[in-house]
Amino acid sequence: MSHLVLEGLGKSYGSVAAVDGLDLSVERGEFVSLLGPSGCGKTTTLQMIAGFATVDRGRILLDGQDLGHVPPSKRGLGIVFQSYALFPHMTVAENIAFGLEMRRIDKAEREKRTLDAMALVGLKGFSDRYPRRMSGGQQQRVALARALVIKPALLLLDEPLSNLDAKLREEMQGELRQIQRSVGTTTILVTHDQQEAMALSDRIVLMNHGRVEQIGAPDSVYGAPSTSFVAHFLGKTNVLTATGDGAGVIGIEALSLCLPAVPRGLVRIAVRPERLVFAAADAPGFQARIISCVFQGAHWLLGAESAAGKLTIIRHNDGAGVPAEGESVRLAFAAGDVSILPQDLSDGVAP
Amino acid sequence: MTLAAPFALPQRATPYALTGPALLVFLGLVIIPLGMTVLLSFYDWGQYKGIVPEFTLKNWLEIATDSYFFEIFLRTFRISVLVTLATILIGVPEAYILNRMSPAWRSAFLLVVIGPLLVSVVARTLGWALLLGSTGLVNQGLIALGLISTPLEFMFTETGVVIALTHVLIPFMILAVWASLQRLDPQIENAASSLGAGSLTIWRRVILPQVVPGILSGSIIVFALAASAFASPAIIGGRRLKVASTLAYDEFLNTLNWPLGAAVATLLLVALVLIIVGSNRLVERRYAQVFE
Ligand SMILES: Nc1ncnc2c1ncn2[C@@H]1O[C@H](COP(=O)(O)OP(=O)(O)O)[C@@H](O)[C@H]1O
Ligand SMILES: [Mg+2]
Repeated sequence: MSHLVLEGLGKSYGSVAAVDGLDLSVERGEFVSLLGPSGCGKTTTLQMIAGFATVDRGRILLDGQDLGHVPPSKRGLGIVFQSYALFPHMTVAENIAFGLEMRRIDKAEREKRTLDAMALVGLKGFSDRYPRRMSGGQQQRVALARALVIKPALLLLDEPLSNLDAKLREEMQGELRQIQRSVGTTTILVTHDQQEAMALSDRIVLMNHGRVEQIGAPDSVYGAPSTSFVAHFLGKTNVLTATGDGAGVIGIEALSLCLPAVPRGLVRIAVRPERLVFAAADAPGFQARIISCVFQGAHWLLGAESAAGKLTIIRHNDGAGVPAEGESVRLAFAAGDVSILPQDLSDGVAP
Repeated sequence: MTLAAPFALPQRATPYALTGPALLVFLGLVIIPLGMTVLLSFYDWGQYKGIVPEFTLKNWLEIATDSYFFEIFLRTFRISVLVTLATILIGVPEAYILNRMSPAWRSAFLLVVIGPLLVSVVARTLGWALLLGSTGLVNQGLIALGLISTPLEFMFTETGVVIALTHVLIPFMILAVWASLQRLDPQIENAASSLGAGSLTIWRRVILPQVVPGILSGSIIVFALAASAFASPAIIGGRRLKVASTLAYDEFLNTLNWPLGAAVATLLLVALVLIIVGSNRLVERRYAQVFE
């Protein structure tokens, strides 16, 4: 049995469905991210799990128990808020010990666990500091320690790193990941930052308009996006128009690839920019013309035009140089790099 | 740095030049009359000779030695403290409820709360006099309900004055507390409840400590306004129940003993300033760590 199960979870504000039939099973110890654009219902989902928002439809099961009528204070979940929501009138130690106090844990053990939690998040020696006198990153750590010290069944994080600057965010990502591994708490992270979701999670739940678009490990979702929305939201992608034979072959000009199942006629496919390679003049491939070239240090970002559609190409800076703007090139990609997208054009992002 | 001004001032003079006009107005309208009042309190006065500009401590000695004055100042202090406490007890929960309301209801109720400020003090206090009189609505209601058999005395009592002043001054408390409630993190209650706190604990341990600065600044305003209030004590308290401000008024306009009235007014002012500055210091020292 999964640790946490969401069954057909739904919530509406007025006539707008903020969350619409969400199904998800989370295993014990797993780190799952809810990823999607702003307003897609991530926070609402988390608030329903936490008990701050009522559930309109569906069920939430934690270890098989329906959380429906359990008040937030009895759910025993650890939550880190985007604003941290620390108690400004309490010191760091008092903040962290609050949850233990509510559980009537005796003073000696309370102090011990508070100190342990502070050591875990790297805040040794900050006991008597007030939150206002700490940096954003430090406040973030206090919030994490306060949520973890109660040994929660679930750790819920709502955009916890979005208030930090880029460098600190990356640092905290690594640390968050390592802390979660060491305590093994099942964690659900809400974020709109695809890089953060990919860096941290065991699995990503991609959401759009209150629905799940795709669930899977970061590399598998990235490598095989099932919808054009996913392909565009997670990293950069090229959507190309190829011709399918209805059996097992698609082609663009002189390039033809064997795939398991291909519809007949024009087929929309997605290929990642870093999977496009330059082909020799006599090798299978299709024609394109370079229209822009941006140097980014470790790689070049090339823009190109072809009959199959506009393209972005990532070319690693391996010393070989790149074609100049205006030059014609021959491009190719392998069958394994192709994701066939649903042919329904109304699924979000236009090709 | 070059200033493209038609007439250039030395840089250091600019702040003085800019604040000068306001300072002059302040000096002319506040400091000078105040200074004259203080000066007046040291003048002599006699039934037949009137005000004599001669330095004397007579007025101050009279206030210090006559228990009549002590009683009035004590009453003023007691009324102000009670009014402050009443506005805290009613105003804090009211501000909290107001803060939790949906925006539409909130603006409607905010109008109700601020309403008293829009009505003239005299009209409002006369309204209270009608309600609180021995044949007023409150007494009639209580008698009709069988709770009391003889009318309660509200008019010309401290209770009546406290009720009327609480009504007049409660908006200041509510607005001050509401301002500090709005500075709360909107997720703070959720955070506390996720850690296992029930609503009463959240109130006591999380909300209340954070609105203490608001309560204290509200208290200072309410206390100062209650101690120096004139219309409500004059109408509800009448001549029988004097407070410092009505006492000063009577000395000025009935007895015509201006120097004694000036001494009473000065003492009221000094006492208020001391109490306010003192409690402000206390608050700042106590909360400097937490709130900046
Ligand atoms: N309290 C609320 N009242 C009305 N609409 C809301 C409320 N909270 C969220 N919504 C709406 O529900 C949708 C999902 O919101 P949210 O879960 O906050 O999205 P996300 O966290 O993914 O950005 C949005 O369209 C938002 O406008
Ligand atoms: Mg959100």
